[in-house]
Amino acid sequence: MVRYMLNKFVFFFLAMFVLSSITFILMKAIPGDPFISEKAVPPDVKARLLAQYGLDKPLFIQYTTYLTNLLSGDLGISMKLANRAVVDFIRDSFPLSLRLGIAAIFTSVIIGVTLGMTAAFRHRKLMDSTAMVIAVLGVSVPSFVMAAILQWLFAVRIPMFNVVGLVQAKDYVLPTLALSAMPIAYIARLTRSNMLEVLHSDYIKTARAKGLNSWTIMRRHVLRNGILPVVTFLGPLTANVITGSFIIEQIFGIGGLGKIYVQSIGNRDYSLIMGITIFYGLILMTARLLTDIAYGFIDPRIKLGKRKEGAA
Amino acid sequence: MFVLLALMLSVSTLLSACASSTTPEANKPTETQKPNNETKTDPPTETAVKQEFRFNIGTEPPSLDPGLAQDVTSSTILSATFEGLTSTDKDSKVIPGVAEKWDISPDGKKYTFTLRQNAKWSNGDPVTAHDFEYAWKRVLDPTLPQTSPYNYQLYYIKNGEAYFTKKITDPNQIGVKATSDYTLEVELEDPTPYFLDLTAFATYFPIHKSAKNNPAWANEANTLISNGPFKVSSWAHSSQIEFVPNEHYHKRDEIKLTKVTAVMIEDTNAILNMYETNALDYIGPPTNGGIPSEQIPILQQTKKDEIAIKPLAASYYYLFNNKQKPFDNKKIRKALALSINRQLITEKITLSGQKPAFGIVPPGINIVNDEYRNQVDGNFFKEDVAEAQKLLAEGLKESGLDKMPEFTLIYNTNDLHKKVGQAVADMWKQNLNIDVKLQNIEWTVFLDQRSALDYEVARAGWNPDYNDPVTFLDLYTTGSGNNDIGFSNKKYDDLVKAAKKEVDLVKRRDLLASAEKILIEEEMAILPIYYNATAQLLKPNIKNIYVDPLANFHFARGYVE
Repeated sequence: MVRYMLNKFVFFFLAMFVLSSITFILMKAIPGDPFISEKAVPPDVKARLLAQYGLDKPLFIQYTTYLTNLLSGDLGISMKLANRAVVDFIRDSFPLSLRLGIAAIFTSVIIGVTLGMTAAFRHRKLMDSTAMVIAVLGVSVPSFVMAAILQWLFAVRIPMFNVVGLVQAKDYVLPTLALSAMPIAYIARLTRSNMLEVLHSDYIKTARAKGLNSWTIMRRHVLRNGILPVVTFLGPLTANVITGSFIIEQIFGIGGLGKIYVQSIGNRDYSLIMGITIFYGLILMTARLLTDIAYGFIDPRIKLGKRKEGAA
Repeated sequence: MFVLLALMLSVSTLLSACASSTTPEANKPTETQKPNNETKTDPPTETAVKQEFRFNIGTEPPSLDPGLAQDVTSSTILSATFEGLTSTDKDSKVIPGVAEKWDISPDGKKYTFTLRQNAKWSNGDPVTAHDFEYAWKRVLDPTLPQTSPYNYQLYYIKNGEAYFTKKITDPNQIGVKATSDYTLEVELEDPTPYFLDLTAFATYFPIHKSAKNNPAWANEANTLISNGPFKVSSWAHSSQIEFVPNEHYHKRDEIKLTKVTAVMIEDTNAILNMYETNALDYIGPPTNGGIPSEQIPILQQTKKDEIAIKPLAASYYYLFNNKQKPFDNKKIRKALALSINRQLITEKITLSGQKPAFGIVPPGINIVNDEYRNQVDGNFFKEDVAEAQKLLAEGLKESGLDKMPEFTLIYNTNDLHKKVGQAVADMWKQNLNIDVKLQNIEWTVFLDQRSALDYEVARAGWNPDYNDPVTFLDLYTTGSGNNDIGFSNKKYDDLVKAAKKEVDLVKRRDLLASAEKILIEEEMAILPIYYNATAQLLKPNIKNIYVDPLANFHFARGYVE
């Protein structure tokens, strides 16, 4: 276990280093700078602005300075939004993205697994086809279309919810639904196919033949094996939902981190781009790590850090 | 479906319940309750309606420090929360602000402002001439850690530029001095007839002296001290800003609204949906984008009483790269300008009240106390396809070409620019048989390419900085930072330079008119398309809220009926 974690940590730092280097290079490769504007800034003013953020120095020096600051935990100051530290943006805006993300994950897993199991147990019956139609719709309708439809339907035509914002509890409903439509569909299909596979496997037949009641079979054998792929999917899902909600945030006017990230790229706000990328990278890596650990708990065949020895 | 909704509702209730105790948002409501209590002590004038106004500013304002702000979003907020020496009214005309009167020396270079004695900061401190002196010198200070990107707006002041560029080091040589608490003396580099328009501008606003010790004073509502009709009462970053009246404002009795909310929504559909469900009272400038052009004819049917078309003193045109073949030939430039049908573009595509343009200075810009366009005829050319074909043939011959080569028209990614570009390309194809490629480019890259003269024909627009034709005619002088067409004409440069030094207002106007004639009629250095306008939606019960021709948004004296 210790060795496993150590490996993971080395990999983690390496990945973060590569991530920040690539982002840095790509970011500098796009034309423009934070101080370009439609109304020309006099050269003296521009020069001073560039110097103020060290952008007049050679790229390599800028990069090493950035890394040194990063190691001491300093993400710098936004270049476009005067005087505000990058960590302030994350502190102010990330909680919104996080809350929305958690709501979406819970919703996706609960609804997705329920739909998938219902479909599997009612294989080739009406419930099965209904669930699968919902799933196909969820996969094929892009989330921004879903968001626009939900907003128009449940906030304008039937004014049950507010058009934008994330203040009251009910404000979560529409963005969460829009954000989780795709994962619900994916999880439902995943669960269904796995359940079907498990239901037809020999050990279930054995269990049935032993005379175990179906609830016990369900709880002890089917669910545990059938849910495993969903757990695998949970890692990328968490990362995706928390970091990739910017379109939904845009449509529902939520001042989350995704919205700021997209704006920062348009603004060439270098420090903000780097800061948020690294922060997102951290989330992504953490989500992966947690998935790996969760795997170990659910599937006893997987022992973290130990080589599989003879186990079937 | 409803099962789903119910489930999500329960999950989200749970989530927000456990989240609300830890997040910074939880503290916000208590902050906003305070001002509400204050206003309750006022005698209830109109009990029935809530005096509240909600509008959209699109994005987080980059800075609410007047010295650092340079964009429309920030200045919209600043113009309601701060007040300069002067202010502007709904026609963009100058009215007194903190200064109650001023004297101008005969040579137009020295201004003496007398400040009203009852102007107060939102914390109750008096606003003095020293606050202005401090604010202006701060913007020009080259040693401060934060450089003001808009500080060249103060280069009109004597030695302003010299001090910032460190040619002089003594700040006392800068042409601004508070000779008493309520007298401010300002010396200028040149006679600047529009200087009083400039003093209504954010970069010229006063700053409270407490900013000296706290460079981040304008980052949060609780440290933001302002002197305008409103003050920021809460600021949820990237979500919304709330304002309440500044109780110490010298014209407090003119302010009827008790609360103003500026939300930050970018999605145009969401904005319309909010207006539809009464979550917003106004859509229109200064919000970028505003109402999509294709929605305007529909809204003109369904919301007749709420939609209004407002002309803006702004121009929309195409740039020629005057340095590049074949656009270095003025006959070819003229041929391209003469062969498009502007009326068709404004009536079928842009749809929000734009007017065909045959000059660069738009209506709404004033000179000698009246509209420039009323005094100087703006029809510098006429659309004429036959003439255009003739000019093109001649121009190609002069350039040694037998056929107009295919070229690229670039524009920044935007639906309207695309449609206008397609129409223009189509007209060139039909009338002159020229093939044009259209290319959309992301905004910053677009600006970069344009200023590097890395294009053939490019879209452009100009919103005036101040109410004077110079803001347009200064653009294409040799060496101007905004001259991204490679145009250089000695006669034109001399005329603009002479106008800047001229004290006689009528002579000055004639100099500028001659300059415009060279730029458009003689050289066609750019291709005018239309003078801009904008559509807005305003709830019918909201009064006295308007956008002036310079696209400034005046909401401070609005009220609900």
